[in-house]
Amino acid sequence: MRFVFKTRYEQDLRLWRHKGDLIGYGIFLAALLALPMFAGVYYVGEANLWLIYSIAAMGLMIAVGFTGMASLGHSAFLGIGAYTHAYLLQNGVPFVFSLPLGGLLAGAIGVAVGFPTLRMHGIYLAIATLAVALITQEIMSKWSSVTGGFDGLPVAAPDFLSIQSEAMYQGEWFSVGGLHVGWTELWSPVSLYYICIVVLVLAALIARNLLRSPTGRAFVAIRDSEISAQSMGIHLAYYKTTAFGISAFVTGLAGGLFAHQISHLAPDAFNIFISIELLLICVVGGIGTIQGAVLGAAFLIMLRSFIPIMRDEVTAGAGGVEMLGGLVRFVNSPGLEAAIFGALLVVFIIFEPMGLYGRWLKVKTYFDLFPLYKKSTFARQKSYVKTERLR
Amino acid sequence: MTFFKADKLAIHFGGVKAVDGVDFEIAEGEIFTIIGPNGAGKTTIFNLISRIYEPTEGQLIFNDEDITNTAPHLIAGRGIARTFQNIELFEQATVLQNLLIGRHAHRSGNLLANIFFLPSTRRAELAHREEVEKVIEFLDLARYRDQRIANLPYGVRKVVELGRALCTEPKLLLLDEPSSGLNVEETSDMAFWIKDIRDLLGITVLMVEHDMSLVNRVSDRVLALNYGRVLTLGSPSEVQSNEEVIRAYLGG
Repeated sequence: MRFVFKTRYEQDLRLWRHKGDLIGYGIFLAALLALPMFAGVYYVGEANLWLIYSIAAMGLMIAVGFTGMASLGHSAFLGIGAYTHAYLLQNGVPFVFSLPLGGLLAGAIGVAVGFPTLRMHGIYLAIATLAVALITQEIMSKWSSVTGGFDGLPVAAPDFLSIQSEAMYQGEWFSVGGLHVGWTELWSPVSLYYICIVVLVLAALIARNLLRSPTGRAFVAIRDSEISAQSMGIHLAYYKTTAFGISAFVTGLAGGLFAHQISHLAPDAFNIFISIELLLICVVGGIGTIQGAVLGAAFLIMLRSFIPIMRDEVTAGAGGVEMLGGLVRFVNSPGLEAAIFGALLVVFIIFEPMGLYGRWLKVKTYFDLFPLYKKSTFARQKSYVKTERLR
Repeated sequence: MTFFKADKLAIHFGGVKAVDGVDFEIAEGEIFTIIGPNGAGKTTIFNLISRIYEPTEGQLIFNDEDITNTAPHLIAGRGIARTFQNIELFEQATVLQNLLIGRHAHRSGNLLANIFFLPSTRRAELAHREEVEKVIEFLDLARYRDQRIANLPYGVRKVVELGRALCTEPKLLLLDEPSSGLNVEETSDMAFWIKDIRDLLGITVLMVEHDMSLVNRVSDRVLALNYGRVLTLGSPSEVQSNEEVIRAYLGG
């Protein structure tokens, strides 16, 4: 059993709780960095998608998990980040500027949207942000001079790397594990992968720093009780808008990376389904936790690969059997993914409200406290006096 | 100078006159209690003072300044803190975090300093922590410091809420039924604390309370309300023997 002795207040301001934490995150990061040496290009591509979704969900987590504002509009911020980044790249702005600019524009629009809508709560806010997502998608398809409309917008390979590739052209090949990387074609899923890791670490730092500073505490306070947050001196409108803006900014950053991942932007890539996926990540991963975004994204990406595999297997296995025709039709029915995601959302909310990260914490606590673990450690007590709550 | 004064304070919800022209004045260093049957308008007065409700009429003066039109989030900074009848803590946060939120009115630094957690933010956080630890010490909350509110028993939550209000370094503390839901022992602890808050910390206390033994033990003056109107104002024993007050409680 571990007991962390605290002797100085600084200990509570650290990014990690104890050495074990630090070692754990170190190993995780090292494993991430080493992955392209062992995995093929396909898996690096999947990992990219995982990292990008993690970043986007971390953005959404700031709004949904920390501040308690449900948003179905984050596909819009992902799209704004992606289109801005691609447009700026196309017009010769270097990668290192265009990526944050995409995030900033998304954040600015988040703030602009936030002003009128954040007076609303729960389902009403979700509907208002849903409208934002739909309107943004409409603009993407109609504003052809910038977005290319339905023809889409090709995403150029980042500038700073292509300059380098010309300057350093040697015609030589370098072998990195199973993957061949030449200077001429330096831009590959692997380069995107490493950029994603950098952005992920930054996003996690932003979220963590917020949480240990007055701003993040104000977010959490608003989530748990608006009225007492207000009487502690927290300006509701300011902090809600700030939270939404930062949330949109981080998701916008992910959008820029997403643009490279899909390499050709079209309005369809940013439909409402992306918002639902991001929300699913937050809930499945563990609402209100930074780690939850990463775990939830891994879960979603695996599930997305698993559904087509299962579809093929079932169709092949039961194809000839008359009685199983219904099953085959069922697994091949369109919209199955959405149904499965929706069902999972409900299942997690009911049976594992703390999500995968909560499950991990429970397992860890079980071993920490062995044999004294009791189930009620994580039981959530519903407070019974909420009748006179003021909004 | 006027420390705190409510002048012809009134709020009407449609035809319901929840508070109907209430006048009272609190002197600095006093423990002032408002009593009254259910629906008398006690908590409404608290909500008016913390500016959650907009008064229909009347004026609130605090420290010689008119706070009738101050924004609700600025009240804490002016030096008025409150607790809630039905505990409004931040349930998914730890006791320490809750108390730190109480320091919000004294925060410094901007959003970017927070995002990058600059040395200035770190220093400010440590200073806040020192202040919070004083309150933890005062209310004997050390063993609950890192526990989440959701895991704490009701009695402790009540104390944490008191602590959070103290962390704002108020001049006037509003306590909405500090003893509700507490057992006899906890109530007597609460009585000691309320006295200590006034005697040791020099904070003026305005409270709403039903437990008359607690009221007798700590209050200097008592205001009795019924149907949003003042019945009487005086020492605890005077108010309790007042005929109108007895009629309001017992009916008839």
